[in-house]
Amino acid sequence: MKEKFNKLSQKKAFWPVVIFLVILLFNGVVSGGDFFKLSIVDGHLYGRVIDIFRNGSKLMILAAGMTMVLATGGTDISVGSVMAISGAIACSIVNGNILPGLNGNVVVAIILAILAGITCGFWNGILVAKIKIQPIVATMILLVAGRGIAQLVTQGKIITITSDAYYFINGGYILGLPFPLFIVIFLAGVLILFVGRTSFGLFLESVGCNPKASKFAGIQVDKMLLVIYTISGGFAAVAGLIESAGIKGADCNNAGLNIELDAILAVAIGGTNLMGGRFSIPASLAGALIVQSITTTVLAQGVPAAYIRVLKAVLIIVICLSQSKEFKEMLTSHKAAKKRKAVGE
Amino acid sequence: MANDNQLLKARNISKSFGKAVIALDNVQFDLNRGEIHALLGENGAGKSTLIKVLTGVEERDSGTVFLNGKEIRPKSTQDAQNEGIATVYQEVNLCPNLSVAENIYIGREPRNKFGKIDWKKINADAEELLKRFDLHINVTKNLDNYSVAVQQMIAIARACDIDAKVLILDEPTSSLSTVEVEKLFGIMRRLRKEGMGILFVTHFLDQVYEVTDRITVYRNGGYVGTYQTAELPRVELVAKMIGKDYASLNESVVAGQLGEEKAAGGEELIELCGVSSPGTIQDFNVKVRKGEVLGLSGLLGSGRSETARVLFGVDSVGKGEMKLKKEKVHFKSPLDAIRSGIAFCPENRKTEGIIGDLTIRENIVLALQSKRGMFQKISKKEAERLADEYIEKLEIKTPDAGQLIKNLSGGNQQKVILARWLATDPEFLMLDEPTRGIDIGTKAELQKIVIDLAKQGMAVLFISSEIDEMLRCCKRMIVLRDMRQVGELKGKEISEEAIMNIMAGGEK
Ligand SMILES: Nc1ncnc2c1ncn2[C@@H]1O[C@H](COP(=O)(O)OP(=O)(O)OP(=O)(O)O)[C@@H](O)[C@H]1O
Ligand SMILES: [Mg+2]
Repeated sequence: MKEKFNKLSQKKAFWPVVIFLVILLFNGVVSGGDFFKLSIVDGHLYGRVIDIFRNGSKLMILAAGMTMVLATGGTDISVGSVMAISGAIACSIVNGNILPGLNGNVVVAIILAILAGITCGFWNGILVAKIKIQPIVATMILLVAGRGIAQLVTQGKIITITSDAYYFINGGYILGLPFPLFIVIFLAGVLILFVGRTSFGLFLESVGCNPKASKFAGIQVDKMLLVIYTISGGFAAVAGLIESAGIKGADCNNAGLNIELDAILAVAIGGTNLMGGRFSIPASLAGALIVQSITTTVLAQGVPAAYIRVLKAVLIIVICLSQSKEFKEMLTSHKAAKKRKAVGE
Repeated sequence: MANDNQLLKARNISKSFGKAVIALDNVQFDLNRGEIHALLGENGAGKSTLIKVLTGVEERDSGTVFLNGKEIRPKSTQDAQNEGIATVYQEVNLCPNLSVAENIYIGREPRNKFGKIDWKKINADAEELLKRFDLHINVTKNLDNYSVAVQQMIAIARACDIDAKVLILDEPTSSLSTVEVEKLFGIMRRLRKEGMGILFVTHFLDQVYEVTDRITVYRNGGYVGTYQTAELPRVELVAKMIGKDYASLNESVVAGQLGEEKAAGGEELIELCGVSSPGTIQDFNVKVRKGEVLGLSGLLGSGRSETARVLFGVDSVGKGEMKLKKEKVHFKSPLDAIRSGIAFCPENRKTEGIIGDLTIRENIVLALQSKRGMFQKISKKEAERLADEYIEKLEIKTPDAGQLIKNLSGGNQQKVILARWLATDPEFLMLDEPTRGIDIGTKAELQKIVIDLAKQGMAVLFISSEIDEMLRCCKRMIVLRDMRQVGELKGKEISEEAIMNIMAGGEK
């Protein structure tokens, strides 16, 4: 039994999941149990916990893609802007503003929006892998320009749409569970399977650790980077669809604003080294849920939204400290010094 | 009286990493003024760990260190430097992105009267310093423009220039050729005369007998003893290091010499026809046959590694062409070369070899995995079998294959990288300084493996600064100078004089 626990606690996702559960429990206690209340209306599950999963779905998707980007030692700060582009394209097509010949075909709109995201990711990949621009600078280009592109698509307007089919992306239910959850399970599942069943994960960790030596060992570092940034762009587009379906329209200025920081935070909470190397997608998903549940908790307690930022800042400090070798040494050497004193050395 | 002369005294030093690894177990070390003291032992014996403990890189678990009679407990290398201990670590730890001169003066930059860093002086001084080592390079260029050997010389020059009482050199000669080693020894002898104490780690026994006064031997993290170099015969020294008796060692030496009757080369496997690569080698014509070990000799920067890099698809072929089994080939990346059955164990193990945060097992299967392709994942079982096989075959010292490679001793890391390439079962194996940092027992073993592989039909390209080793392994040798081929020796013609002669300019 204890052995089993030890083995479980070795897993990277273990502590993030535990922390997430603790946050849920805290909410449950404070709310006197209301928090865990689930109600079924029309065969659909409703409740605060369900909300966390639904609202956290975007972040989970972004975090899954971001995990791999960070594992290479890079970063992708353009995901928020890519979300805006994808939402703008999808909504503009659905309400007939562009390509009116499609008659607002939702499926085509979705496909084109995702293709746009993939193109954005590919562009980032080219800049990083082939032209060797530092990732933060390379993706900053789209961070800045992306919202401009989205504005061009929507001609500077906020677009609202009426399409039940499109709303379904965020508000739909399957088997009583919210639809975005299935998107997360599908995308993250495919990714986790891909990483686990092939040697992609090994290669990725190797590249993140020592790109030069990886190249000598026969890993095609440039190709890997290209694929990873492309996936991140595609995932961001999907998150953008969920977002726009949630607000029933496209708001180029606010869609996915600053969400790249949350995504990076989620991955960091999951324990992936931001300098590259070892990574875990499940741990990042749990990290995303933690970030989301903190937001929800603070709002539920009626604390002003401004405090969410302060709380996140505290969280970041705690993570940095827990990852810092120097800090750990400071603690242990303090302990050791105490011990030494006690022994009378 | 002897105590007056004592500079550094370390007693009862212990250091372990986790529960599984006891790197040092109650060891001692003494260093006198004006002495060169060798610290010897097998790979993983604890030499580098002692040095790290002495210089504040690692904190000791227990024990005391006295410098000039005063107890010291440095917290960092800077600390140790301030106490008067200058160190060249086994893995050169300079900054690749800074210029050579900056690397030499970092942390102690000369300033002009306005308190600004005096760049002119830094560059001039650096140049002057390196000239003493006969190193004429552009000191304003970034460090990573230069080979490991040059970087090693720079690190040594830096340490020698620091005003220190104790100089620690952890395998400084591992990638230097005879000429550079002599220069280093000249400087060490001068420093000894000036009263400095020098701790010197090496796996070359010739060097031990040439330059040191005393020897301390460690084995398996334990202290074996300290001896006067002049009074300790080589055979006994080896026995003390390895812990086996003379007979069993003799066996492996004999085994190494078996290579004398090497198999004659078969048909050509790979060929460079008039190949030049931009900025490096010029007009190379090299053939490697199946079943032969071809050596590449030459001084630093003569184009040895560069030749291998072209053959491996790292550097591009500018002019001329490359043929594999008589067919023209063009490698765009190392992967192309690996898929064609080529393996290359590069010289710089830290930057081009190890993937520090991965396990030994992952490091071993990495190249084989890329050869098979991403979708043919090597099963856990096969990976375990491969790793265990090579850990045993190459005597890699580790509790298990799941350890991170960065925690292995230098020589053991080198063995893992060798294992990585042997595991790909190549037709053409290129080894660039393969025994760098490997202890004498394993070195003989490795040379035997190389010769055996060639006997079984593998083509091998062997690059080593150690002439002995080249003589033992190679049947044919190409001599290089200044990125050009200047001579070729075969069979009985190969000798140290002949090689030196060609290198020095007597073309053949
Ligand atoms: N950070 C670490 N974590 C775990 N084990 C370590 C660490 N550093 C060293 N070791 C272990 O301690 C032992 C001694 O290593 P050390 O580097 O001192 O050997 P060495 O005598 O310098 O060998 P070499 O000749 O190969 O350089 C080795 O078994 C090594 O694996
Ligand atoms: Mg060592």
